[in-house]
Amino acid sequence: MSEISTTLPGSGPAKPLAFYDTAEHHPVNGTLLGFWVYLMSDCLVFACLFAAYGVLGREYAGGPTAQEVLELPAVAVNTTLLLLSSITYGFAVLAMQRNRQNPMLVWLVITGLLGAGFITLELREFAHLISIGAGPQRSAFLSSFFTLVGTHGLHVTCGLIWLVVLITQVLRKGLITANKRRLLCLSMFWHFLDVVWVGVFSFVYLMGVLP
Amino acid sequence: MSAHDELHAHGGDHGHDEEDFGIHATLGGYATGFVLSVVLTVIPFWLVMGHVITKSSTAAVIILGLAAVQIVVHMIYFLHMNAKSEGGWNMLALVFTIVLVVITLSGSIWIMYHLNSNMMPSMMDPSNLP
Repeated sequence: MSEISTTLPGSGPAKPLAFYDTAEHHPVNGTLLGFWVYLMSDCLVFACLFAAYGVLGREYAGGPTAQEVLELPAVAVNTTLLLLSSITYGFAVLAMQRNRQNPMLVWLVITGLLGAGFITLELREFAHLISIGAGPQRSAFLSSFFTLVGTHGLHVTCGLIWLVVLITQVLRKGLITANKRRLLCLSMFWHFLDVVWVGVFSFVYLMGVLP
Repeated sequence: MSAHDELHAHGGDHGHDEEDFGIHATLGGYATGFVLSVVLTVIPFWLVMGHVITKSSTAAVIILGLAAVQIVVHMIYFLHMNAKSEGGWNMLALVFTIVLVVITLSGSIWIMYHLNSNMMPSMMDPSNLP
């Protein structure tokens, strides 16, 4: 980089011109940028599922309507859990920045527990829906509902597995640069899932129960 | 001012980047984001669960508007999004994605809006066929 800095005329002996980087130059944040691009492609997956729900969300086929089967109090609890897990992951990142490993691990465990609570509640909701005959095969509304909410739930489950793996890695190797990079990737993933959930609870649950 | 100084400054910058990956998370940022998102979550739930607005279309517009604001809040305070991160490539990818998402969502819903009326049995009636 500094090799190709320009010198003003008469400011000293001219350096030899170099038209290429003499040292190997890697973009330092390559991984984070690449992960961001992955998240953006994931965004498109969810956009398609949201579009499918937008088209099919009111096609009940004579079956149960959204107003009948969606329970807002449970969704409110779920939203609270996910929102809290977002801020606890933020605290973990703050602890990571100060190289404080144990507080960071505690925050990660709390985040994991909140995420597990979210998944548990969601699975209970799904089990309840299927038990009352409102499974994904009942109507177009329920098919698109299960696909959209289920895909989000699957992402959260993958995030939880990743979290457990990462906690193990930090316990074994400490807060090395590679682990910090992974923690920041998972941070983006986790907050991204929260962003998607904002869309889910607004578009699916809250707008679904409107008359 | 010499090449040496410049090199040194760059070297310091480099090491700095490697430590925190250019992300400067602060407690204040997370707290602001959390408070804003709690407010932006509570309002739509209150609107719907308390049956505050009876007109569905008005309520839907408000819910979607608040969701859009909340997504921006999450992007700024939790995902540390700004025009400068990764030399602007983050923002470029995001803008491109938003364009695609808007086309996908609005295009699908617009085209499929008349799905039912287009699939009405009257259209299947042989006497209506040319």
